[in-house]
Amino acid sequence: MAKIMIVDDMASMRKMVSFTLESVGHEVMQADDGDVALGIAQENTFDLVITDVNMPNMDGITLTKELRSIPSFKFTPILLLTTESAKDKKMSGKAAGATGWLVKPFDPDKLLATIKRVLG
Amino acid sequence: MSVDLEQFKEMFYEESSENLEAMESGLLELSEGGTDLDVVNTIFRSAHSIKGGSATFGFTSVAGFTHVMEGLLDEMREGKREAEAKIIDILLESVDVLRAMLGSHQEGEEPDDERANILKSQLVAIRDGGVSSSSGSESQAQAADSSSEVSGGTCQGWNIQFSPHEDLLQTGNDPALMIRELGVLGTLSLEMDDSRLPSLDAMDPELAYLQWNMTLKSGEDGNVPNQDAIEEIFEWVEDECDLTLEAIEEKRKSPDRRADERRQNDRRQGSRRGGEAGAKKTTQAAASIRVGTERIDAMMDLVGELVITQSMLSQLGEDFDMSQMERLRDGLTQLERNSRELQESMMRMRMQPVSFAFNRFPRMVHDIGQKLGKQIRLEMVGEDTEMDKTVMEKLNDPLVHLVRNSMDHGLEPPEERIDAGKDPEGYVRLRAFHQGGSIVVEISDDGRGLSREKILGKAIEKGVVTEKDAELWSDEQVFNLLFDAGFSTAEKLSDLSGRGVGLDVVRRNIESLGGRVDVASKFGEGSSFSIRLPLTLAVLDGQLFRLAGQTFVLPLVSIIESLQIRKELVGGVGSNAEVYRLRDQYIPIIRPASILDCSDKHESLDGGLLVVVEWDNRHVGLLVDELLGQQQVVIKSLETNYQKVPAISGATILGDGKVSLIIDLAGLFELSGLMNDRAFRIAA
Repeated sequence: MAKIMIVDDMASMRKMVSFTLESVGHEVMQADDGDVALGIAQENTFDLVITDVNMPNMDGITLTKELRSIPSFKFTPILLLTTESAKDKKMSGKAAGATGWLVKPFDPDKLLATIKRVLG
Repeated sequence: MSVDLEQFKEMFYEESSENLEAMESGLLELSEGGTDLDVVNTIFRSAHSIKGGSATFGFTSVAGFTHVMEGLLDEMREGKREAEAKIIDILLESVDVLRAMLGSHQEGEEPDDERANILKSQLVAIRDGGVSSSSGSESQAQAADSSSEVSGGTCQGWNIQFSPHEDLLQTGNDPALMIRELGVLGTLSLEMDDSRLPSLDAMDPELAYLQWNMTLKSGEDGNVPNQDAIEEIFEWVEDECDLTLEAIEEKRKSPDRRADERRQNDRRQGSRRGGEAGAKKTTQAAASIRVGTERIDAMMDLVGELVITQSMLSQLGEDFDMSQMERLRDGLTQLERNSRELQESMMRMRMQPVSFAFNRFPRMVHDIGQKLGKQIRLEMVGEDTEMDKTVMEKLNDPLVHLVRNSMDHGLEPPEERIDAGKDPEGYVRLRAFHQGGSIVVEISDDGRGLSREKILGKAIEKGVVTEKDAELWSDEQVFNLLFDAGFSTAEKLSDLSGRGVGLDVVRRNIESLGGRVDVASKFGEGSSFSIRLPLTLAVLDGQLFRLAGQTFVLPLVSIIESLQIRKELVGGVGSNAEVYRLRDQYIPIIRPASILDCSDKHESLDGGLLVVVEWDNRHVGLLVDELLGQQQVVIKSLETNYQKVPAISGATILGDGKVSLIIDLAGLFELSGLMNDRAFRIAA
């Protein structure tokens, strides 16, 4: 099972995602904004990072950019968890190095399917 | 597998109300001319979070509504739109509507969408009439119904050419995984093209060189893979690869794709229905409190110490002899300290900054100020002061009442202020601070103040005081008349004094919390109401006293003094009412023993103890047998454990294990029949 970090400033979203992931046996760490996530990333490696886009302190896109500059995160899949259906958000996320995105509304089954797709 | 997210709803509601507050205060800041981008961002983010969560829980009307709000906010955020007053007002109203909608969901009801729809169309009108129109909703709608029609049923499979760009791996995507996904959709045959692969020495392992030509046909179930499903697999790498997708068409009819889609739709709807049924399960909101982890940690430490003390004591108890007396005493002292600290730490958990109660006021002052045509500045001081959550909840109504009062009656319209030589903008100041074991909340304004003459005039007219006595009354006594039920509900008073209806309710509410409210004022300069409350309702500073062999508790805060009765000062009014001359004032004597039916012998007053208490603005003497110590007592509800008892507000367990009843002064006075006796108002 994989080790996954979920970054979201909204605790309910964070808890729902980790609950879903943990229910199938993944190990999950939670961070409530990009800053915190980056701190965790200095000392941990992950198989996957899922991050919200709109967060205080450091948003998900900046976080993605920062993570990519850490050697152990160079190829780690990073998914943006966002309601933005707007193409430009996704594209700036991609440009920052994101692997892909999960579009809210959050749906546990869809999350698990997508994760399977990234982790193989 | 289905994951039940029901348990997260409560958390979502709680967060949403915080988000709504953040939006509200942000919008108010903007309305005062702030243009801080951070503020706009915060508002946007809050709307965005609510949208995401409500969509997850299937609150489509909420999600749809926030979506439109968010579109507008996004334009403001990008600098494409100015924060005009009109827009801000509509957004503020939208916050109210959202709050109501979420409230309905929380109660398990369907929200009334009527107001939301009106506002929504206003928002859309602004958006479309503006500089740019972000068409978020449309693009989403398109995405929703783009179940592509693929060349009318003759499609047999797909030819797929997939050429990753060199940098595809850099984003964490892996071609092998995508190809494996394709294999799940149907029968995949593929051919790898390694023509771009350089020689080993020139190869950079971090780059992608391989390309694939693939054919995807129907799998074991006979269904031809759907174009959407294929595109979805490559969705993330659209710009990092060249992809061509060609339908393989044959003349033969394909299996009924439509039936398949229908089946899929049914399944989708089925699962949604399941979700809704689940939502009905738990609708009752549980009251919860947020506690910082450091407080829990501190408490954990204390519990740890308590366990150590306990084990030390039980070890001591195993073979105890008198030589260990010293150690026992130490142990007990330690136990006492542990439990006191534990109690304090528990209290701290219930404490919340008073800003929770203050937060609603910026909005209220903004709205009402506009309505009244007054320029009002709200000042808040000491918002970090903490108080018990229950006390704060009960303080809400009195606070609103007093703030409204200041705005309605205290502050003058700008012209009047200018005439009086004042700044046209008046202020209402909310200030909270701790004093001793109490918390004090002050509501002050620099308005017209109270007029002693007008209030007294009214009081004399109503027969509350004689003209002669009135001269002796202090300002404080005069102003306190406003809290008098018979007085303040008088219709005319609100006109002449500027203060009026319902202040008696404010006082009653605050006194029921064990607190008191006072007013100070200077005519022409303003008024100040101060509410003094105990820090918590769970613990009471009590005076223990004995009555007919039983121990009772009296709230210390209401005691003015205690004295030994001197016979010559006892007087009688009428046949059976006893009064006592306390310096220059007569106070009624109440015999709690006979009221509470614990003793029927009529003891002589001479040499007895009289506890003078103040309640509802009057002084009364209670005859008790013996005064014991003062101590903090933990209040236990009688109502939940036994039944409601008149004149008793609760019970507590004393150090010796005995139950002691706590006197409820209001109830006691009611039973004594003194309540409506106007003769005993505090007079001079």
